[in-house]
Amino acid sequence: MMEQRVILSRRPFSWKRFFLQWEWMLVILFFLVQALNSLLSPYYLDADNLRDATMTFLDKAFIVLPMVLVMILGDIDISVASTVALSSVVMADLYTMGVPMPVAMVIALLVGSLCGFINGLLIVKFKELSSVIVTLSTMIIYRGIAYMILEDQAAGKFPEWFSFLGWGYVGGVPFILIVFAVFAVAFTLLLHRTTFGRYVYAMGNNMTASRFSGVQVDKIRIIVFTLTGLFAAVTALFLTSRMGSTRPNVATGYELDVIAMVVLGGISTSGGRGRMIGAILAVFLVGYLRYGLGLVNVPAQLMLVIIGLLLVFAVLMPKLRPGAGKSGRSV
Amino acid sequence: MQLSAKIAKFRELGLLGFIVVLSVFIQLRNPKFLTLENINDLLTNTAILSILAVGMMLVIVTRGIDLSIGATLALSGMIASMTVKAYPSIHPLLAILEGTLVGTVCGALLGVLVARGGVLPIIATLGMMNVYRGLTFMVSDGKWVSAHEMPDSFKGIATGSAFGINTLVLIAILIYVVMFYFVNYTRTGRQIYAVGSNPESAQISGISNARILWLVYTIMGGLAGLSGVLWVSKFASAQGDTAMGYEMSVIAACVLGGVSIAGGSGKISGVILGSILLGILNNALPLIDVSPFWQTAIQGSIILVAVIVNVLVKRGVDRNHLLRRSI
Repeated sequence: MMEQRVILSRRPFSWKRFFLQWEWMLVILFFLVQALNSLLSPYYLDADNLRDATMTFLDKAFIVLPMVLVMILGDIDISVASTVALSSVVMADLYTMGVPMPVAMVIALLVGSLCGFINGLLIVKFKELSSVIVTLSTMIIYRGIAYMILEDQAAGKFPEWFSFLGWGYVGGVPFILIVFAVFAVAFTLLLHRTTFGRYVYAMGNNMTASRFSGVQVDKIRIIVFTLTGLFAAVTALFLTSRMGSTRPNVATGYELDVIAMVVLGGISTSGGRGRMIGAILAVFLVGYLRYGLGLVNVPAQLMLVIIGLLLVFAVLMPKLRPGAGKSGRSV
Repeated sequence: MQLSAKIAKFRELGLLGFIVVLSVFIQLRNPKFLTLENINDLLTNTAILSILAVGMMLVIVTRGIDLSIGATLALSGMIASMTVKAYPSIHPLLAILEGTLVGTVCGALLGVLVARGGVLPIIATLGMMNVYRGLTFMVSDGKWVSAHEMPDSFKGIATGSAFGINTLVLIAILIYVVMFYFVNYTRTGRQIYAVGSNPESAQISGISNARILWLVYTIMGGLAGLSGVLWVSKFASAQGDTAMGYEMSVIAACVLGGVSIAGGSGKISGVILGSILLGILNNALPLIDVSPFWQTAIQGSIILVAVIVNVLVKRGVDRNHLLRRSI
């Protein structure tokens, strides 16, 4: 007699597995950071303070969202900081030339998307090249173009209302926090609830198999890189608004911060694994850590060291766990 | 034979030809270019770049990349110059040794992460780049070591000369000779290429991939440390942001010299020519009145074009092989 075997479409729920997820670790770390910060500074633990702190670190968080997709694909984009600089510089330059601010802002978004699109196109057309080397060269080119436009000048004097992006409140909540929340939800749904998201995971696990299964891999890769460029430009808008002026050397080192947050969020550097919620938790974890250390005057250089070590340890951590391997993945 | 296959065969010759054509062009625009003084200047400026490029070649051959060398260079240079500031009577050779040692330790640490930890080179070096850069600021407390605080013997490392050739150039030549022998005629050197062209079969044939990976990052670190001392001695100033972003020039020199980003191939001769070409561009752009603000974009475009040309040449070669097989 044939034995009946039922293969469930999803694994049965288990409390043990539920609590063994990396995201819980992030939640615990998050509260540890909060505890540490309130120990370090008596002014830290205060609702207004915690709320306003988000304004200081959320600008780069917009890039984290699409970067999760890039890294699940198994790619990387290190040109994002340069894209931020280029979009910001183009916007400021157009505005000083007399272009109305809203038009300049739209053009900045287009410039960012174009930068991302070029990255995607190059990676797809020249498959022999890794995304590392492509975005490494465009990183230099985009930053270089920003220098060609503004040289060593700063540009600013934006209209009054533009500062609302970085400094404004809507109903007592920072505007940037609201915008980030909207995009965070949108990206979570995109990755976990749409066919597009499933394709991204499939491609990260096996690009060739996905191609032969009829997934339009090139198109999806270009879309993901274009999104990354677009959101680098969104970051540029908020960052420029917050600073009030811009220079060609803005946002240097943002790529490290962004990649560190994504990796800390549990997204595998070899692709195919990780969840959006992890990266979002990591944004707040790293953000508050930086903010708290800033309150007690930890020098920026030490912060560099801390973020660098955090990145390396976040990558090492899953590899140090005994029995680590692809079997323990959580998609 | 197809054109691209021919290019591949005479790649170094082609690069040399390009350098000659470029030099003639620049010479026509500005006659100051091909003077003995400027050539000497150019070679001295290129020496450090080419030393680093040889190390980077080894890393890229193993399919890796090292973004941390600018920071390693700064850290080693800073520690060495702080030592000579505190003990001015120290022999310059000891300072060189110290810097090289610091760099070697930085590189070895990175090597452990990549080889034993299995961390992607781009992630590991991006992280450690910031750690080393932060350490540079911290050991110096944000201060500079400037020219008047360095003893003449230390500054003499870069300004001195033997047989009419600058010491930096001599050191670079010495390193080429040693590395040429190492990668072409020693077992370990050949194993580097084996690991780069096919890690799985290298492992199966008994090569310890982890050992080779660790070795290349350590060598890279050592060369970066040595370059740090030479850099600080040459510019007579050690700062926290020394050589920031210099890793890009080094990678550019490698890809211009035909080192394949996909790993497994790259020649010392190519890397030297690539460095010289980049050195000429850096030296000549100001001479023909190109704004310094354009240099970054030009350099980036050169890297991109070079890697794309490498790919197209490779495709042509592969197609050629296929054609030959079908007959």
